[in-house]
Amino acid sequence: MRASKPAAAREPATQAALAIDRLDVRYGRARAVQQASLLLERGTLAIVGRNGMGKTSLCNAVTGMVPSSGSIRLFGEEIRGLPPHRIARRGVAYVPQGRRVWRSLTVDEHLRLAHRFRRGEWTPDGIYELFPRLKQRRHNGGTQLSGGEQQMLAIGRALLLDPSLLLMDEPTEGLAPIIVEQLAATLRSLAARTEMAILLVEQNLRFAVDVADSVAVMVNGCVVRTMPAAALAADRALQQQLMGVHAQGVGS
Amino acid sequence: MKWPRHRDRAILAATPLVVVAAWACHHDTRLFVAATLNGVTLAALYFLVASGFALIFGLMRNVNLAHGSLYLLGAYVGYTVGDQTGSWYLGVVAGALGAAVLGVVLQVSVFRFMPGQELRQALVTVAISVVLADLMMWVWGADIYQLDPPEWMYGSSVLPIVQHYPTYRLILLVLAVAVGGGLWLLLNRTRIGMMIRAGVDDRMMLAATGVNMQFVFAVTFAIGAGLAGFAGVIGGSALSISPGEDTRYLLASLIVVVVGGLGSVAGTAVGALLIGLSEQYGLAYAPTYGVLFTFLIMVATLFYRPQGIFGGR
Ligand SMILES: Nc1ncnc2c1ncn2[C@@H]1O[C@H](COP(=O)(O)OP(=O)(O)OP(=O)(O)O)[C@@H](O)[C@H]1O
Ligand SMILES: [Mg+2]
Repeated sequence: MRASKPAAAREPATQAALAIDRLDVRYGRARAVQQASLLLERGTLAIVGRNGMGKTSLCNAVTGMVPSSGSIRLFGEEIRGLPPHRIARRGVAYVPQGRRVWRSLTVDEHLRLAHRFRRGEWTPDGIYELFPRLKQRRHNGGTQLSGGEQQMLAIGRALLLDPSLLLMDEPTEGLAPIIVEQLAATLRSLAARTEMAILLVEQNLRFAVDVADSVAVMVNGCVVRTMPAAALAADRALQQQLMGVHAQGVGS
Repeated sequence: MKWPRHRDRAILAATPLVVVAAWACHHDTRLFVAATLNGVTLAALYFLVASGFALIFGLMRNVNLAHGSLYLLGAYVGYTVGDQTGSWYLGVVAGALGAAVLGVVLQVSVFRFMPGQELRQALVTVAISVVLADLMMWVWGADIYQLDPPEWMYGSSVLPIVQHYPTYRLILLVLAVAVGGGLWLLLNRTRIGMMIRAGVDDRMMLAATGVNMQFVFAVTFAIGAGLAGFAGVIGGSALSISPGEDTRYLLASLIVVVVGGLGSVAGTAVGALLIGLSEQYGLAYAPTYGVLFTFLIMVATLFYRPQGIFGGR
């Protein structure tokens, strides 16, 4: 490695992909995230929790879209307080809740727009290979797509940033079961074939356990515990307790 | 579906207009055609000014009530540079650039600090436009100026029915069409246009995709303000430059945008056409009540389609 590359000298392998320490997010006087701490070394970490527990607020804080206090370190470097575009250029990509594709841009324009700031392994053609469905719809506008297609587009848009950390907020929301299965397979293969760490917010426990290595539980803006995905999969009582009426049993 | 109902309504609204136009045409063809031409060319000028206003508001939701000052500043700068160098073309470029620079300064030093606060933006920019008006009065005085366009734009062209029509006003029309087409290309065929459209839809996601929104804002403001300055020089060559023009063109832009709807080049064009035509028809057929027509159109639009004729949201 060349001496001019400090990241290599700092041995990134020892640094956690994402380390959140005592993070607070406030909306006016309401606190959505309170003293949340979280560690994602490598691989895939799922965050589960009921509605309104602050999962989206946490993601928005990591991407710089809402102000926060505390500490957010990306491979050891503090990113809290940076504007969203700087965070994105450092390798954090976001697949937000509700997809948020741009209604007046075509599929192709989405991909070309995203493919500028960090040119890496991914290209629009690579995305079309990953999601052949998108290629058929490349000239369609963002809102002419089905929910599943919008999700593919949001993921494609994020991958083109060549992220070292991918944030996904409830990617299965509103998708048909068959599409959810395909998505799980896609995410697993992405996690296996790239270096990318994934933070996955999910209310679908089965999907979370299926895709993630470990699972963090969020209650009232706080991360209360983290456990291996297999442990949660085996503990039915815990699942019930965590998700209450939203529980979706995880088959044996 | 929705389309036939729209069509019915459009036909319903258009029928009396067509009847009146046919009568006017029969009554005095020459007057009617002349008024139409005047209306369309005035609309061209309104379009040039208002498109910048619509662009800025469409992306940033910035209420820039100093837009008229950008027009007037462009006109004065264009006049001075044109006068000093003897080149009208240089005047046009200087006027557009001067206004664009002031626009960027406004964005970076004022609007950046009050995102989403429309009322505050409106008040602050009114104050700025008052200050600018005084400053311009101080520099250029209260005299009335007119720029001289190049030789070949002078004189009149021969047209059917009206026989002679000022060439410069036809050029104005061509310029407006060119600017409209250019804007459309900019928005739909370029990278910055893609960013502007994505920013209108969801600007936070655009930032989270690595785009520096402050940069996109500054570029958009430069384009919008540059268009106002450009319109100032063009309009100052067709008509005249004097204190007070700033509020006149700000008002025209506001009305055009209210009627046409924000966010589309086509909406601005239609709004400009309606207002330009109604002003000139009013002048030709009912000079006393001329202004009334404009406001009738505005009130009717606000009543039936508050988002404007082409307004999407
Ligand atoms: N923009 C906002 N302004 C004010 N309060 C907000 C805002 N966004 C979220 N909240 C509040 O913050 C709390 C956490 O919301 P958040 O969206 O982070 O929860 P979540 O865990 O993502 O929920 P869900 O599972 O429904 O998506 C909620 O009580 C919510 O009402
Ligand atoms: Mg959420």
